[in-house]
Amino acid sequence: MTSSTSAEPTRRDFLYVATGAVGAVGAAAVAWPLISQMNPDASTIAAGAPIEVDLAPIATGQDIKVFWRGKPIYIMNRTKKQIDEARSVPVSSLPDPQSDQSRVKEGHDQWLVVIGICTHLGCIPIAHEGAYDGFFCPCHGSVYDSSGRIRQGPAPLNLAVPPYAFVSDTKIKIG
Amino acid sequence: MSGPSNYNPQNPVLKWVERRLPIGGLIHSSFVAYPTPRNLNYWWTFGAILSMMLGVQIITGIILAMHYTPHVDLAFKSVELIVRDVNYGWLLRYLHSNGASMFFIAVYIHMFRGLYYGSYKEPREVLWILGVIIYLLMMATGFMGYVLPWGQMSFWGATVITNLFGAIPYVGDSIVTLLWGGYSVGNPTLNRFFSLHYLLPFVIAGVVVLHVWALHVSGQNNPAGVEPKTEKDTVPFTPYATVKDAFGMSCFLLFFAWFIFYIPNYLGDPDNYIPANPAVTPAHIVPEWYYLPFYAILRSIPNKLAGVIAMFAAIIVLAFLPWLDSARTRSSKYRPLAKQFFWIFVVVCIGLGYLGAQPPEGIYVIAGRVLTVAYFAYFLIVLPILSRIETARPLPNSIAEDVLRKTGSTKTPMVSTMIALAVGGALMLGAAGKASAADDSHGLTPPSLKWSFAGPLGKFDQGQLQRGLKVYKEVCSSCHGLSYVAFRNLSDPGGPGYSPAQAAAFASDYKVKDGPNDAGDMFERPGRPADYFPSPFPNEQAARAANGGAYPPDLSLIAKARGYERGFPQFVFDAFIQFQEKGPNYIDALMQGYEEKAPAGFALPEGSYYNKYFPGHSIKMPKPLNDGQVTFDDGSPATVQQYAKDVSAFLMWAAEPHLEARKRTGLQVFIFLIVLSGLLYFTKKKVWADAH
Repeated sequence: MTSSTSAEPTRRDFLYVATGAVGAVGAAAVAWPLISQMNPDASTIAAGAPIEVDLAPIATGQDIKVFWRGKPIYIMNRTKKQIDEARSVPVSSLPDPQSDQSRVKEGHDQWLVVIGICTHLGCIPIAHEGAYDGFFCPCHGSVYDSSGRIRQGPAPLNLAVPPYAFVSDTKIKIG
Repeated sequence: MSGPSNYNPQNPVLKWVERRLPIGGLIHSSFVAYPTPRNLNYWWTFGAILSMMLGVQIITGIILAMHYTPHVDLAFKSVELIVRDVNYGWLLRYLHSNGASMFFIAVYIHMFRGLYYGSYKEPREVLWILGVIIYLLMMATGFMGYVLPWGQMSFWGATVITNLFGAIPYVGDSIVTLLWGGYSVGNPTLNRFFSLHYLLPFVIAGVVVLHVWALHVSGQNNPAGVEPKTEKDTVPFTPYATVKDAFGMSCFLLFFAWFIFYIPNYLGDPDNYIPANPAVTPAHIVPEWYYLPFYAILRSIPNKLAGVIAMFAAIIVLAFLPWLDSARTRSSKYRPLAKQFFWIFVVVCIGLGYLGAQPPEGIYVIAGRVLTVAYFAYFLIVLPILSRIETARPLPNSIAEDVLRKTGSTKTPMVSTMIALAVGGALMLGAAGKASAADDSHGLTPPSLKWSFAGPLGKFDQGQLQRGLKVYKEVCSSCHGLSYVAFRNLSDPGGPGYSPAQAAAFASDYKVKDGPNDAGDMFERPGRPADYFPSPFPNEQAARAANGGAYPPDLSLIAKARGYERGFPQFVFDAFIQFQEKGPNYIDALMQGYEEKAPAGFALPEGSYYNKYFPGHSIKMPKPLNDGQVTFDDGSPATVQQYAKDVSAFLMWAAEPHLEARKRTGLQVFIFLIVLSGLLYFTKKKVWADAH
């Protein structure tokens, strides 16, 4: 091969660059479906549609666990004591400051709906355990209060509140 | 892998690594500086093409395994769900299933090339034998992969092939039981085949490394068959061979893409879209096209053990080729007699492939025996004798001289290329024309209708799909399920074009069984978009009891599970015109093929009806459609003809819901590959400009 000493790009260089660029675009385009297939498939997405939960059978002081998108969701009918405890603590003293009011729906203050997955490493906390009348995670000792907020232990965040709305006084729609 | 490396990295990190693990030098000496004969033609790019196909199969296979379930009750469904629900699942599945065929097309070309140019001769015997081992492993892998979708052909293919081992004296039955893991082909068989199908490609990859290693020790053969002597005879692998191989691969991908995007089921068998049924063998059972020549040899011998021995011997004999053909001259270019016999041998192989697809009766059996004798005679008689009596034409003194001679006249290679291309095409297509059950009990050939979804730019007619859905709902659904189609699919792009709200409303008209509830009871609730069309009967027994013993098949895949013979040469043209509409043609014809009275002399069983197009003509389903039965909202005529066409189109969509996306993606891929191939062609010309 003759080596070109000219600083000007030659037509040959252009052809090589163009070929390489088109080949690179092709490789990237091939990677897309190979990666995209790992996302949830259409049936999984369809199965993740909102669900309705009837609250009528849950007495005060009781809780139920329902599954939505493979996640356990605690629905707790809180006692007056639990609500008062949650509202009496100064918000600024909390590791993840949030008021109890912002974590429940207005007018339905007794209903706590939280995703029951510890924000530390994903274990399932046990309801009605721990020092704060809320949840206790047996894996690494995180303690949540009666509003699902982190109070002690390694978890960094409060238990997440899933998207939900009251369809009627005794029925919610999660999702 | 070949001699000392002159690889001297400047980067200190690379230098540090290189002193401890000279992998850079290995790559450099094997794939950069490696001297490759400068007279190689495009038949030599098939080595690279095969490496690419192995990569494609391993990558798509690993991905498919992420979504596949190896269980007899779930395997078929999981494959369907891959195609329907997984993102680009249809693409990955068609890549893998057609990729197997492409792999074999490439390997057959690669093997015939080795045969023609004498690439198995001293000092490349081990290289050749490693190739035969790879081929055997490929056959085992391909066979076990074909079992995994657990369709009718999968199941019966597995039964027939495993029973081959039953021919072994004394221990045969024990070996078959060992392969099955049970008393018949069943769940343990499927599980172990899945495991081995995942393992063997990596074994192939390992043997490929040995194959390439052996290649790099002895050096490549070349069309002249003379060894490189001076530097002038070779060019460095990179960039010369690299860019040439890249161009070859790009052209091969164009060929591959034609199958994936436009005729993905051309090489497959409609019967494999019917779930495995251990109680019913398909009327005509044939292996995948790439095994057909050996299948023909097996069937030519009227003795079980001898047939099995002959079939395996037909492959094993390849390993002895270096000693059967002892001629000094390698390339058939300089062996006038060997060249003619080579082409006769190619025709014999294609003929065996064709016969393997025909029913084992009459003239086909005799022809099969003649060609089986011819196959073995080539190796055991023709080549040994030729190597003793043939006078070869004078060889060029060197590769450089061969190159100079070639630039003078390019006529001969062109002719041989054309012959080989024609033969190769015929081999593939001829073999594809299988499943030709030419017995007279078969129905009439359905007329070919015009479909909006045919051809490279085909699209479904939304109005037609909506009408077809109505016909299904009001007529077919009382007996036939549609269990792989969910209500949500009605609002998918490329479908009947309903909005999600309309699909949800459609679903809520249905009662779906759910549960158990908190009390442990099953209950019925209105359908939701995520639900699938409920089947009319709770199980097969109930369906049979209600239908006079016949089982109304689920219609989800019926448009791909039914076909008919198009005959030679039409089926060859079908690959070019992208004909994929056998199913809808058949369904449409069946709906309209009822006759009040069976023709005189036809004994119609009690409770059956006469249909011109149904195989055997006696069908348990009464005439389903009558004029005026369904009222269309769009004013389309309320005739049987209209109903039949609309419901056939709807069922085609139900069987292939991503048809539009497939054809659209295909067009993009084609434009891209044509541009890439063009660029690679000119790059190759530039790179090689000073080497010729």
